Amino acid sequence: MIRAKYINEQTPWQDLTPGGEIYEPGTAREFNTGTWRTDTPVFVVEACKHCMLCVPFCPDSAIPVKGGKRLDFDYMHCKGCGICAEVCPFPGAITMVSGGVPS
Amino acid sequence: MSDRLSGNEAVAYAMKQINPDVMGAFPITPSTEIPEYFAAYVANGEVNTEYVAVESEHSSMSVCIAAQAAGARAVCATSSCGLALMYELLYVAASCRLPITLACVNRALSGPININHDYSDSMGARDSGWIQIYAENNQEAYDNFIMAMPIGETPAVRLPVMTCMDGFITSHAVENIELLETETVRTFVGTYDPENYLLKKENPLAVGPYDISAYYMEHKVQEAEAMKAAKARILEVAAEFEKISGRSYGLFEEYQMDDAELALVLMGSTAGTAKAAVDKLREQGVKAGLVKIRVFRPFPCEELAQVLAGPKAVAVMDKSEGFSANGGPLFAETRSALYDLKDRPYVINIVYGLGGRDAKVEDIEKVFKRLADIVATGETGPVYTHMGQRSKEDMV
Repeated sequence: MIRAKYINEQTPWQDLTPGGEIYEPGTAREFNTGTWRTDTPVFVVEACKHCMLCVPFCPDSAIPVKGGKRLDFDYMHCKGCGICAEVCPFPGAITMVSGGVPS
Repeated sequence: MSDRLSGNEAVAYAMKQINPDVMGAFPITPSTEIPEYFAAYVANGEVNTEYVAVESEHSSMSVCIAAQAAGARAVCATSSCGLALMYELLYVAASCRLPITLACVNRALSGPININHDYSDSMGARDSGWIQIYAENNQEAYDNFIMAMPIGETPAVRLPVMTCMDGFITSHAVENIELLETETVRTFVGTYDPENYLLKKENPLAVGPYDISAYYMEHKVQEAEAMKAAKARILEVAAEFEKISGRSYGLFEEYQMDDAELALVLMGSTAGTAKAAVDKLREQGVKAGLVKIRVFRPFPCEELAQVLAGPKAVAVMDKSEGFSANGGPLFAETRSALYDLKDRPYVINIVYGLGGRDAKVEDIEKVFKRLADIVATGETGPVYTHMGQRSKEDMV
């Protein structure tokens, strides 16, 4: 049984799983989908009160949380939708900047 | 044991003997009786199948896909526009490599709306990746359904199987039939034991993920290889089935083909009529023969070419229009199969019987007459014609 991380665009058809079945959970972690981003949220930790409102609103899982505090964005998976900045009650904690790379 | 059953009842009875885990059920003429009989088996506690009544064929096939992916054995029955409404899901079932079994009771596709027999429904689905096996009569409809799961569920195959019978002609006509003992059927079909399935908690599984162009082609090659592998498996299962039933099946049936000079290629219940015509002509000294295609997907290309290397002229009879302006689907496959022969017979195509238009012994005799004329004159004449329609021109 081949694991998802060993499957790539060089894998011959004989080694792919039937019908593209994936035999393990959470494989999205392996794939950098942050490259789709055209706008980027920037996190300013000093302005953040860690109310955690942005975390469940994130349609991906791009806001990691540790010990009751949110950490900086996971830019490997953030698509730059801006929902976090929209719902954030604290001015300056999340600002959207143009472009796919955080400045 | 001997009984008298309609084709629909025979298939429903086969389903009962198999006792599948799930049935996705939605009625449509002429297959309605299958889920109807089966509902009675469920209500009477004769099976422990989860009977899921849905609101469309799109949903009945979706139920089967979800159930089969979960690790269950799923069955379904449909006809005509019902099959058309499943179209999208047929491809999903095949590409997810889910060996669902579908009883297709063939009926003309709308429009014009018509409830009688031809193959326009399943021929429309011929490129969907499903194995297709066609029955001549009730006995074959029953037998084919029992053979379907051992074929489709084999790991090297893992493809859904459509067992087809002629709407009304086979589905509703009551014939004598030999049924197997339920225990024999259950042992033959065995249990569905996929290596991976959604409900296997030790091994989480994702089914049917998005395939970008870097992967899609590879998965289609896998499917194509599975369809090639199905041919040998169909013959293997047929050989095992012969041991329990005494009835012998191949990819197609040859009738009087050993020394045949004039031959027909066709499928389904017309074969019975054509056999009567062959018998009649043989009495008159005409070397007539018949090939009845049983397995259309995978298509028995090399095997058919071998058999058709013998006769001088062949008529392929299509009971569906492909609107290719170049002949029906069975013709296209058959003529392609003949291309690699050194000495090819004359080949013509006759589209007949659309929407339940009757084909009689005399009609088949006319086709043989045309083949005899072709051999006598060396002139094929028009290659692609229709038969049985009212016309101002006199044409077979």
